Amino acid sequence: MIILEYLTVIFLLIGGFFLLVGSIGLFRLPDFYMRLHAPTKASTLGIGSILVASIIFYSFKGDGVSIKEFLITLFMFLTAPITAHMLSKAALHVRQPPRPDTLNIDQLENIRDRK
Amino acid sequence: MTPTNRSWIPSTFNFVLLFVVWLLLTNSFTIGNILLATFLAWGIPFLISGLQSETSRVKKPLKAAQYLFILLWDIIISNVVVARQVLGNTHHLQPGFLAIPLDLTDPLPITLLASTISLTPGTVSTEVSVDLKTLYVHALNVDDEQILIASIKQRYESRLKEIFGC
Repeated sequence: MIILEYLTVIFLLIGGFFLLVGSIGLFRLPDFYMRLHAPTKASTLGIGSILVASIIFYSFKGDGVSIKEFLITLFMFLTAPITAHMLSKAALHVRQPPRPDTLNIDQLENIRDRK
Repeated sequence: MTPTNRSWIPSTFNFVLLFVVWLLLTNSFTIGNILLATFLAWGIPFLISGLQSETSRVKKPLKAAQYLFILLWDIIISNVVVARQVLGNTHHLQPGFLAIPLDLTDPLPITLLASTISLTPGTVSTEVSVDLKTLYVHALNVDDEQILIASIKQRYESRLKEIFGC
């Protein structure tokens, strides 16, 4: 039982760490497009780890295997990329300027130009 | 898609998916709830069948499962990489927009590829060209444009092509 508690703690810490890194990235990175990377990604691994911790904790509390977390993970994996895509797409079309040294910045007009 | 050529297998898939998701969500396994789950799992696909368009089907489910594990592994690895980049000197990062030429032609595999790219840290799908031939991606740190494009094509796109058999 003590091992399970340690496992729960380890996964909670890993999850917390990556969520924190996501927030730090949101704060530190220089332009909108780069900032987008940090929180969208942290959500996958960070929340994933916390859900694993939750599965371990509730499965061994005696209520049987907890599977709701898999559903949360599934829905997260379905929605997270769409959010990221729509945010970056919106930024592109409202001409949010990327950092000037971004590669292929001269092609942005071509990318935007879709009817 | 007309109801006459609706194939049996995807509706079985939809049925099982909705059935399991309903049971898990309600977390109750009484006979009444199982009956309700059965009813919903038949009724919902029936109601929305008119909305479904002709899409590609998964031809190799085993390869799809393998793809899922590769994706999970890549998410873990690249999260660590991005964490290091975020905590390091962010002004040394070289962000960039990449144009990935697509070999895939159908909307569903392209959507999956775009989602895969967005899920793996360091890259976000930004836009797809009108003719569905190019996917534009923003990358957090580009060491070598061609190598990055080639690795995405080889690691994800070729596998998706195999899974959907197109």
